[in-house]
Amino acid sequence: MGRYIVKRIIAGLITMFVLTTVTFFLMHAIPGGPFSPAEERKVPKQVMEKIEEKYGLNDPIPVQYLNYLKNLAQGDFGLSFKQRDMTVNELIEQGFPVSAKVGSIAIIVALLVGIPLGITSAIKRGKWADWLAMIIATVGISIPSFVLSVLMLFLFAVVLKLLPTFGLTTWQHYILPVAGLSFGPIAYIARLMRSSMLEVMRYDYIRTARAKGVHELKVICKHALKNAIIPIVTYLGPLVAILLTGSFVIERIFSIPGIGRDFVTGISDRDYSVILGMTVFFGAFIVVANIIVDVLYAVIDRRVKMDE
Amino acid sequence: MIHTARMKEREDGPFYPGDASDLPDDLFEKLDESDRQDNEEITRPSKSYWQDAWARFRKDPLAMIGLCVIVIMAIAAIFGPIFSEYTYDGQNLENGNQPPSGEHWFGTDKFGRDIFVRTLYGARISLLIGFVAAAINMVIGIVYGGISGYFGGRVDMLLMRVVDIMIGVPDLLYIILVMMFLGNSIQSILIALCLTSWIGTARIVRSQVVTLKHQEYALAARSIGSSNLRILFKHLIPNSIGPIIVTVTFLVPSAIFSEAFLSFLGIGIQVPIASWGTLVNDAIPTLFTQPYQMLFPALAISVTMFALNFIGDGLRDALDPRLKK
Repeated sequence: MGRYIVKRIIAGLITMFVLTTVTFFLMHAIPGGPFSPAEERKVPKQVMEKIEEKYGLNDPIPVQYLNYLKNLAQGDFGLSFKQRDMTVNELIEQGFPVSAKVGSIAIIVALLVGIPLGITSAIKRGKWADWLAMIIATVGISIPSFVLSVLMLFLFAVVLKLLPTFGLTTWQHYILPVAGLSFGPIAYIARLMRSSMLEVMRYDYIRTARAKGVHELKVICKHALKNAIIPIVTYLGPLVAILLTGSFVIERIFSIPGIGRDFVTGISDRDYSVILGMTVFFGAFIVVANIIVDVLYAVIDRRVKMDE
Repeated sequence: MIHTARMKEREDGPFYPGDASDLPDDLFEKLDESDRQDNEEITRPSKSYWQDAWARFRKDPLAMIGLCVIVIMAIAAIFGPIFSEYTYDGQNLENGNQPPSGEHWFGTDKFGRDIFVRTLYGARISLLIGFVAAAINMVIGIVYGGISGYFGGRVDMLLMRVVDIMIGVPDLLYIILVMMFLGNSIQSILIALCLTSWIGTARIVRSQVVTLKHQEYALAARSIGSSNLRILFKHLIPNSIGPIIVTVTFLVPSAIFSEAFLSFLGIGIQVPIASWGTLVNDAIPTLFTQPYQMLFPALAISVTMFALNFIGDGLRDALDPRLKK
């Protein structure tokens, strides 16, 4: 167990190193420095030098790279080029709690809706409940989250005027963003749960339980669910990644002040230090989430060989 | 040898086995032709793998509808704009924000550009990116996964570690970075998509090749002196083509999704070229006043994604019946 975790952590560190290096050199190889508009405005040379010194841009690139890694190891993601006197750390500190809140509600909703939907669908296989659940699942898998969110925004906020459109002040404000984020995962979880449930229900031990006269509801909830739910755990890692990339568009559509929106603003402002810092942060977040999920999976399912 | 005679059943008791030459001729009866063993010969013409798959695919109504939708959309995307008097970038400011009418089927945007023609152009770009990206990724995935699975050992270990490192991070992050570096154009989107999307195909190909390479026909090919590459590409890959095609089919909608996603974020297709992602994005500020500007491109993406997913499901059931739910 310990060896497995250490192995996963080393692999995660390598992934992070590659991601950081690739991002750093890509961001520094983009033609035109981060302050090139200032050059066009004929900023005096001394001022430019002062600026470059402040941001550490006058060193050769390899030195800048080593400095960046050194700062990163101390948890310092650097300064924003475009938002004056803002560090990337401050942006993350402000935005992450907001994104994490919306994201964790979305995870809970996805699990609470997706799992029962999949179970119902499996038990009522071929009946109308199964059809309905699978239609919902197909819609969720086919329609991109940003299209679905804009359509929902139009339907519930513009036509029906039931829900607020922008911001995050009351609980009603959470409904549309959470729905937009979790619809795709709900669909995926429902499909996964359905097929895994159908498989488990064919096992001998389920027949044994039924033969003993155990109530059908108990067979499903106690005996079948325990094994059928295991594949869902493996989906939790990708789920975190989906919610993260989903937050780029959802936070933009609903004007939510989270890190997803900051990242997209960074992209359109060409704020390379923010893009670099946030990418590294996102990468680290996903890598850690994946390690936790994999270890959790190995703990839950004893059939998984740790040495693999 | 075909037996044309069999032993009569003896009325006077059980038959005792012995030397056949002791037996009198009247013990045997002649068989009529219907009892000949060659009546087990296959009478129907044999079906190839593809004919069989097509027969299964054709019976799936959703997959057939999906196929028709994509064919119609492709034809409309290729030829539609030729017959329209409007172009995707032709502005007419006096005619801005017009609702749908006989003149402009889907209405016009704030610059007076015809949204119907722009949506058709979006279809061109989306379908082009979807199919080209899937084709390139299939080639990369087959070569990478094939080499990794066939040669095994250190090669496999090295190639799979690279894959592990890459899938540690969501591919959209890599795609966004590469797009920032290459700038907004169709070529950069294709390059960005081809950097990461082959991984799924490569893993499928690898697992197929690993299981197939110890089969007798691979050994037979090797024993008559076939080269490694010949065994891999002439024997192993064709035998795993079903799962490969299924994986690649799902790459098409995911490439279209990525393009729309990037364009929606403003780092995909460059203005004034229209893509479904940019059309939806452009329509957000006017969602409250001119909702139709968003509705048609959004419908176009959704219908296409539905169709492609249905085709993918149908192909999976047809080509790889083991995966059938």
